[in-house]
Amino acid sequence: MIWPVLSALWSHWRRHTNQLITLLTGLALATGLWSAVQAINTEARASYQRANAQLSFGQLDRLYPTTGSIPLSRYVDLRRNGWQVAAVLTDTLRVSGHSYDVLGVDLLAYPTLPAIAEVSQTVGVAPVDALTAPGRLFMRPETAQNLRKQGSWPPIIETASVPLDTILTDIGVAENLLNRKEQISYLLVLPNQPMNRPSLSQIAPELRRVATQGTDQTTRLTDSFHLNLTAFGLLSFAVGLFIVHGTVGLAFEQRRGMIRTLRALGVPLRLLTRILLAELLVCALVGGAIGLGLGYVIAGILLPDVAATLRGLYSAPIEGTLSLRPTWIVAGFGMAICGTLIASFQALWRVSRLPLLAAPGAHAWVSKGVDRPIQAIAGMGLILGGISIFGVLDGLIAGFIMLAGIMIGTALLLPWCLEQVLKFGQGRARSPLSEWIWADMRAQLSGLSLAMMALMLALAANIGVGTMVSSFRLTFTGWLNQRLASELYVTAKDDVQGAKIAMWLSTRSDAVLPIRASKLQFQNKPLFVYGIVDDSTYRDNWPLIAQTPAVWDKVAAGQGLLINEQLARREQIWPGDHITILENWTFSVVGVYSDYGNPTAQAIISLPSLLNHLPDLPNQRFGVRVAPDKATALANDLITRFDLPAQAVVNQGDLKARSLSVFNKTFVVTGALNVLTLGVAGFAILTSMLTMWTQRLPQVAPVWALGITRKQLAKLEIIRSVALAAMTALLALPLGLVLAWVLLEIINVEAFGWRLPMHLFPTDWLILGLVALCAASIAAVLPALRLKRGPPSDLLKVFTNDR
Amino acid sequence: MHHYPFKQTIKGHDTMLLSVDRISKTYPGSRPVLQNVSITLGQGDTLALTGESGSGKSTLLNLVAALDEFDEGEITLGTKTYSMLNDVGRAELRRTQVALVFQQFNLIPSLTVKQNLSFHARLGNKNGPEWIAHLTERLGLEALVSRYPEQLSGGQQQRVAIGRALALKPALLLADEPTGNLDDTASNAVMTLMLDLVRETGAALLLVTHSNAIAAQLDHRIHLAGGRIT
Repeated sequence: MIWPVLSALWSHWRRHTNQLITLLTGLALATGLWSAVQAINTEARASYQRANAQLSFGQLDRLYPTTGSIPLSRYVDLRRNGWQVAAVLTDTLRVSGHSYDVLGVDLLAYPTLPAIAEVSQTVGVAPVDALTAPGRLFMRPETAQNLRKQGSWPPIIETASVPLDTILTDIGVAENLLNRKEQISYLLVLPNQPMNRPSLSQIAPELRRVATQGTDQTTRLTDSFHLNLTAFGLLSFAVGLFIVHGTVGLAFEQRRGMIRTLRALGVPLRLLTRILLAELLVCALVGGAIGLGLGYVIAGILLPDVAATLRGLYSAPIEGTLSLRPTWIVAGFGMAICGTLIASFQALWRVSRLPLLAAPGAHAWVSKGVDRPIQAIAGMGLILGGISIFGVLDGLIAGFIMLAGIMIGTALLLPWCLEQVLKFGQGRARSPLSEWIWADMRAQLSGLSLAMMALMLALAANIGVGTMVSSFRLTFTGWLNQRLASELYVTAKDDVQGAKIAMWLSTRSDAVLPIRASKLQFQNKPLFVYGIVDDSTYRDNWPLIAQTPAVWDKVAAGQGLLINEQLARREQIWPGDHITILENWTFSVVGVYSDYGNPTAQAIISLPSLLNHLPDLPNQRFGVRVAPDKATALANDLITRFDLPAQAVVNQGDLKARSLSVFNKTFVVTGALNVLTLGVAGFAILTSMLTMWTQRLPQVAPVWALGITRKQLAKLEIIRSVALAAMTALLALPLGLVLAWVLLEIINVEAFGWRLPMHLFPTDWLILGLVALCAASIAAVLPALRLKRGPPSDLLKVFTNDR
Repeated sequence: MHHYPFKQTIKGHDTMLLSVDRISKTYPGSRPVLQNVSITLGQGDTLALTGESGSGKSTLLNLVAALDEFDEGEITLGTKTYSMLNDVGRAELRRTQVALVFQQFNLIPSLTVKQNLSFHARLGNKNGPEWIAHLTERLGLEALVSRYPEQLSGGQQQRVAIGRALALKPALLLADEPTGNLDDTASNAVMTLMLDLVRETGAALLLVTHSNAIAAQLDHRIHLAGGRIT
């Protein structure tokens, strides 16, 4: 019995090949964009894990000082008392304007460090070579390429076992590189600790043990970024499912007669439902397979930019290459199947409840209209529910739940809103044709509402994310102008040269501003403390978002410190509060400054104060204030006089351009996903128009028979589609602005730690609106051309008695 | 001088309204549907067109309604010669002079009964609210004016379709099996009503039917077989 039923049901797809293609395309697009995002996320996370595993840091607990660094004597105490710990000194080293993570590990205490063990097997370097003078520097070939010219450095060993832009070496070599003698950032607690060793509180009560899972800072830092990508992937997936839902619904509607006939011929309903389900699963697998291929290609294209963003924004060790993972394939098929079942549930449910003797071919005009208020109430419920959850729970996830509630809720509200607008228009219509157009648009709403919902979500996402990015850009550019006030930025080869350069510049410039910093620990996270001299550059330009009176006098007098917005928001520290940055060294917070693009905590104190506690800070970088027209000449003099490489003297314009380029890269992925989502929404409208075409003929043909030309009707088809898209775009605008507000006020603050002012960009909205109208008119052109150029017999078929 | 294989002329009123002159029509890939068919119809005449399925009745009706184009011959309605009309002219003819009643009713599903009734007349700038109110009453549709077509029975829908066609006060009413979807009782009631109203408007009627009983109610009758008048 199964084969005849199968062949009867399959005959529908044979006769409606376009519908089948639409279904598979919808599934492929939904799975494709989602899988692309997942591939990127999986690859990035695998990179972090690989980096952790190579350094084995993911598996080992750590001992952190409460503030500052661990003195060497404490390390010795712990080792003498039986604690199997290995000292790690880590800091950022700037070479030719590029930052590298130096990781110095006491290899004598931890000779089995996986990365070193791997190198000794593959490259043939004995671990002992790394310990004996002059030591060895382990780094990736890409990193080595940039650092080969550092003449005084120990030999470089190239290896893929070390993350990108990271230099792994013995702690002794790291001390020299970083100029930080006898300082330890943290201690790794090695496996196989003796049972009878004294407790940590007895030997080193000031140290805090942090468990394995709490040490993977990269994962923690980048979680918000990946969550953003996932949200976009989910949005694209949802938009793709709208296409599937619409196509499956239409196919099932068109097969109602066949299904009744099959049942009348004795096919059990249960068997019929199972066969239909199996048919959908086959479609899900085929569409999913195409989608996975598509996702792999998209991920391959986007991954290098994502990698650049993550490296630039979070210093995350991520590689730009993609590998095919079985779990990703399985998850992709899983999503395709789940998505198909979700999108088809309603259609399958209707078939399973279809009474055998119900009147055939009932129109959807009145019945679906009745559902709209219920759908609108559900939409309102989702919006209010999302807002309530955020009110109760707070945090990034709650923010995303609120966003999802508002977006889906508004999408559900859309058909009801459109109907009200159309009803209003119909009431105002005077001529019979305009009356019909309004009424017909209302009739079309049932078939087009899903596509319009998809379009609205895509447009709102574009407006929201676009407003956020543009606001960010505007604020960032203004902020850069304030922050990069010095005309030149100079990096000396070493401290000695640094002192000479400072002396030389003192008579040739308006001001020399040393850039000296130390990487400390605060609440188990890195804190970069910068020392500044008292200069009007800071007083006039530094962008403060909160401050106490006479803030700069207090900083200059060593009575207070400034912290960046990220630290303020993360730890809830604001002017008037106190923080301890080193043991017995507590400061009053006197101001908070914005610090966009920086993921880590930062503080500013007076340089003399900083040098009192940390006298050995590198003195190699300077900002130079000079009249702008003299900057280029001074830069050239500096390079010639001190034999500096060209990149060691950077002018303000170059630095701003570089910063803006990093900024632009950050949003390449978001922009690409934005465009792709809009493309999918455009495709959803096209497929809706095409699949509705067979249903449109009975509505259009009588009007043609009553004396309206096919050309007029074709024009009206396009106008109708454009009008619906225009109304949708208008309704998408407020939603997009709400989305932008939530992103700027809630999500960004939670994810990145900074809050940005919201700016409005009406020209961008206008362009986006025009794009939406173009998409809608292009989607309507094909059916309109069919109407205009097709043979009259197509329309006459509507009137034939033996249809 | 052409030799007409068969020519049936209906002679009722003195003024000729419709002339179908040696019309032939063949659809691509099929045998001829109509061959040298000629008929004439005077103002106010009623003519039944009978024949088996596939005999070409509906095709002839579509050609007279200017919905389709013939291969050979000529059709003239009043002063309008069909071969001289472009798409716009044919649409205007349908909008102002010819009205249609289909077996499948073909009402506009998105408009109410009231809107459907006045739609064609308003398109043809012949809107007469009093006439439409009269038709609504005669057709027994007063209680149904705010309903949508799908909320009506078949008989009710056909009465709306007849009302829509006659609201235009057309010169020629074309009806293709107008009661084919109705039971005998409803069919008789609808036919009687339609013929009464056609006479009231003075329109000519060309009606396609299988039913001898219905054909007998009209002034004249011709039979089509294999695309020819027999």
